Amino acid sequence: MDAAAAKLIGAGLATIALAGVGVGIGQIFGSFVSGALRNPAAAPKVFGNVLLGFALTEAVALYALVIAMLLLFVF
Amino acid sequence: MEHHNPLEQFAIQRIVPLHIGGIDVSITNSTVFMVLAIALITLFLTLAMRSGSLVPTRWQSMAELSYEFIGNMIRENVGNEGRRYFPFIFSLFMFVLFCNLLGLIPYSFTVTSHIIVTFALAAVVFIGVTIIGFIRNGAGFLRLFVPSGVPIFLLPLIIVIEFLSYLTRPISLSVRLFANMMAGHTVLAVFGGFVVALGILAGWMPLAFIVAMIGLELIIAILQAYVFAILTCIYLNDAFHVHH
Repeated sequence: MDAAAAKLIGAGLATIALAGVGVGIGQIFGSFVSGALRNPAAAPKVFGNVLLGFALTEAVALYALVIAMLLLFVF
Repeated sequence: MEHHNPLEQFAIQRIVPLHIGGIDVSITNSTVFMVLAIALITLFLTLAMRSGSLVPTRWQSMAELSYEFIGNMIRENVGNEGRRYFPFIFSLFMFVLFCNLLGLIPYSFTVTSHIIVTFALAAVVFIGVTIIGFIRNGAGFLRLFVPSGVPIFLLPLIIVIEFLSYLTRPISLSVRLFANMMAGHTVLAVFGGFVVALGILAGWMPLAFIVAMIGLELIIAILQAYVFAILTCIYLNDAFHVHH
């Protein structure tokens, strides 16, 4: 296999990380909604934490993007 | 058709070439937008607080809200000892926020989409927190790497893991902000290219997506400034309260 093809395959493989991130973001908002339905009064208090968790999880997806970009454009 | 690279927007252009002692200190578009961000922050805070009345005007309450927001963040995450670092965290938050927001203006430049800028900010936080930790706790700061209640035979492994995770903090802090900004702007540019390529008949579809995406980007710009500030608070908390 030549290097260019391996590079493209590697960049594609890097996006597998999105599976975990999808599970994570779904988990965060799913838990928030089910918690908020049980106790609506507490929902506004934890929403900041929800957004923080979302941003931290989303960042993992972007690490994968950075790796894909490094593979495609740097090597 | 003319081909535009979606990464073209991140190019740094020299506006006023300057060389001092072999070091390139040219004024670039990055410099201009950093200065612009600082000027806007100064203008916003001074003009909004100029009247300083008891019943705040709309601008004054915006300035007071941002002040209180960071003040509460430090009080909740670091405690009362952290209050003396309020100016630093407030400046950090406002700088990142304004750089992110300025970048959303079409044809502007996003300072925080360059890893060297975010890494410099993160390195300042990392080195500062380490120094503060050692000054306040002496060698006791090393207890940070030794969580309590860990079986003794696991300790060598845990210490190495904790130490490595401490060392990767500036990297994760900087890559998070940089990648968010770069990814968002690249997606916008790619879909902007779709609008041009599809023309008037089908071009409205990616255009509608871009409008929604700008909304998301606005949230992300604010959220990432918040995340940067709150993680700085959490790291600072480690320097004050070492026991895990």
